[in-house]
Amino acid sequence: MSDVTETESLEPPIADTVDNPVSGIDQTAGNFSYKMDYEFDAGTGLSEKTVRYISSVKKEAPWILEFRLNALKQFLAKPMPTHWATKDLENINFDKIRYYLSSGQKPKRTWDEVPDDIKKTFERLGIPEHERKFLAGVEAQFDSEAAYSNIKDIVSKQGVIFVNSTEGLREHPELFRKFFGKVIPTGDNKFSALNSAVFSGGSFIYVPKGVKVAQPLQAYFRINAENFGQFERTLIIADEGAEVVYMEGCTAPKFSTSTLHSAVVELVALKGAKIQYITVQNWANNVFNLVTKRGVAHEEAEIKWIDCNIGSRLTMKYPGVVLKGRKARGEVISIALANDGQHQDTGAKMIHAADETTSNIVAKSISVGQGRSTYRGVVHIPKHLKGCKNNTECDALLISPNSRTDTYPAITVRGDRNSVQHEASVSKVSEEQIFYMQQRGLTEGQAMSLSVNGFINDLARQFPMEYSVELKRLIDLEMEGSVG
Amino acid sequence: MPQLEIKDLHVSIGEKQIVKGLSLTVRSGEVHAIMGPNGTGKSTLAKAVAGHPSFTITSGDVLLDGKSILAMQPDERARAGLFLAFQYPSEIPGVSIANFLRAAVQARLGEGEELDATAYYKRLYSKMDMLQIDRKFTSRAINDGFSGGEKKRCEILQMAMLEPKFALMDETDSGLDIDALRIVADGVNALRSTNLGVLMITHYQRLLSYIVPDHVHVMWDGRIVKSGDKSLALELEAKGYDWVKNELVPA
Ligand SMILES: Nc1ncnc2c1ncn2[C@@H]1O[C@H](COP(=O)(O)OP(=O)(O)OP(=O)(O)O)[C@@H](O)[C@H]1O
Ligand SMILES: [Mg+2]
Repeated sequence: MSDVTETESLEPPIADTVDNPVSGIDQTAGNFSYKMDYEFDAGTGLSEKTVRYISSVKKEAPWILEFRLNALKQFLAKPMPTHWATKDLENINFDKIRYYLSSGQKPKRTWDEVPDDIKKTFERLGIPEHERKFLAGVEAQFDSEAAYSNIKDIVSKQGVIFVNSTEGLREHPELFRKFFGKVIPTGDNKFSALNSAVFSGGSFIYVPKGVKVAQPLQAYFRINAENFGQFERTLIIADEGAEVVYMEGCTAPKFSTSTLHSAVVELVALKGAKIQYITVQNWANNVFNLVTKRGVAHEEAEIKWIDCNIGSRLTMKYPGVVLKGRKARGEVISIALANDGQHQDTGAKMIHAADETTSNIVAKSISVGQGRSTYRGVVHIPKHLKGCKNNTECDALLISPNSRTDTYPAITVRGDRNSVQHEASVSKVSEEQIFYMQQRGLTEGQAMSLSVNGFINDLARQFPMEYSVELKRLIDLEMEGSVG
Repeated sequence: MPQLEIKDLHVSIGEKQIVKGLSLTVRSGEVHAIMGPNGTGKSTLAKAVAGHPSFTITSGDVLLDGKSILAMQPDERARAGLFLAFQYPSEIPGVSIANFLRAAVQARLGEGEELDATAYYKRLYSKMDMLQIDRKFTSRAINDGFSGGEKKRCEILQMAMLEPKFALMDETDSGLDIDALRIVADGVNALRSTNLGVLMITHYQRLLSYIVPDHVHVMWDGRIVKSGDKSLALELEAKGYDWVKNELVPA
């Protein structure tokens, strides 16, 4: 069943100019796929039968099937949100997509047990090595299910649960059910409804009271099959005073037909807890990436989303925080790079629902060639609250005359006991700047790459080293490739 | 012996002809000064030689060590040993001097060759010390918020790090205070002894008393109308451009 298809050989990235280069996960090496015989295949197209198949393969409790079927109804009933979003959504052909593909529902606990081809995939992406070096746990999802999932003993002994959603539902049903679908209700939007109907994979994490997980937990989502839809569902609960950092990476090979990735991620930070959720994704440029991400921060809790979107045909993603308890804090740091033929429609939502809550949004987008980036922000502070603060900063960088950027901030701040600050800027990389850098011996691509990295530098510095190196490498590759 | 040869160069911007047949040869170790009134085409000449895409070379040639560089990209010309110290250096937000120069030095290494970071920083600091630039500047973004004089010093720092064969220095003296002028001049003189060829554009005789030129050229309306030794600069300062206009420019 093995047969590697090298769709295209990628040139090696130029050397890092970071002061202490560390090798990160290599998502630049994502353009390959294996021919697989999947044991479990829900076929093509979406119907009640598809949903029942997925649920039965997973041997789910009846309430979950109910939940799914209800979600399917809502998905079918909801129109495409093209009254505000791009018409490109109409090009998704839901009848041509495969909704579930796997070779089994139980992930392996050691890499040795993982089937060769799947193991090879993750080795090529550098996951096992990365895990040894600096992670507390790893889940590696291959199409619909996790192929590998493991957590270091020292972390599980603290009572931390880190499994995929299938296992989470089976082994921790009460905990799961208590929070599942509460942050993002099924009907939140068309794609959250779709995910709720056919979800598979994703992480379930519970960090007990007062436990601070020292190293990050990492999930890696890999699409291998063509015409496939990946619908992972992640739920992270940090109990009172707990702290956890979760990182996700995603890649898919370049197929000629489009692929759909539609995840739902829910975070719950109970009193005084801290969750940091970091995404660096590099989808191939035919992936529709339509993801709903939201967290609820209780009293004095903190949720921080760091979201880096590179690649994909269309990304629509607006990570949000509902600031539910007094003094809760929410933050979204977003970086999006739209290259030729890509549209990054990203942003953030901050819903203040208690006094003295603070939120911070910093969004930076880069448009290259015909690339288009859109920022959509929602900041909501109702009138009866006091002492709330929001700071929003969105900066766009345009690389070429044809690039495009739009900003749609929606800030509804009522009452005079709250404060907001909003700054926006659009800048261009000028011909003079490129010439200046070229005059020092850098190629046009290197020069553009350097200005883009300079533009996001203050944000990238806040990332864990491995991820800022990774981000830089992806940007270098994008910019090198964008020069004719 | 390495030389930079500009041969009957004609440069235009759009339809407008700016440089109108200019010839000049700079040999290794030589310093040539070009003086001339505002708008006469000095910066245009320098940028066109460096390969700026806005300028079209309509005829003539530029040869580096006997080979034409006109078909080369600006970065190829730079790596071949040509350096331009800009009259108005660009600001590059977010890109630190240290990272930028590191990338520029790395770009000059062969394939697979890795830059030795420790040695690089050692060299960078020694050049900064020589030019009396505070080491804190390494982490500042290139030219971003720099004073006029700081920008000029930063140009010379880059030149010292990249060790070009030929440098086109466009009004490096303007904006420098008296001490900085001396420091920069010492720097250039030190490089000059290591076979650097310099084409220096300036309005002021003062720079030329620190960096004594081998040749002085007077440029007028896109052409060199008179060449001589260092005394020509003094004569020009004494007589002014009316003298050039009335006596040197063919009617
Ligand atoms: N990008 C441009 N577009 C149009 N005209 C230009 C452009 N760049 C330069 N020029 C014109 O070309 C002429 C020569 O300019 P240049 O900058 O070369 O002069 P210069 O001799 O360096 O003057 P200065 O001593 O003031 O620096 C000027 O008339 C200037 O306005
Ligand atoms: Mg000039």
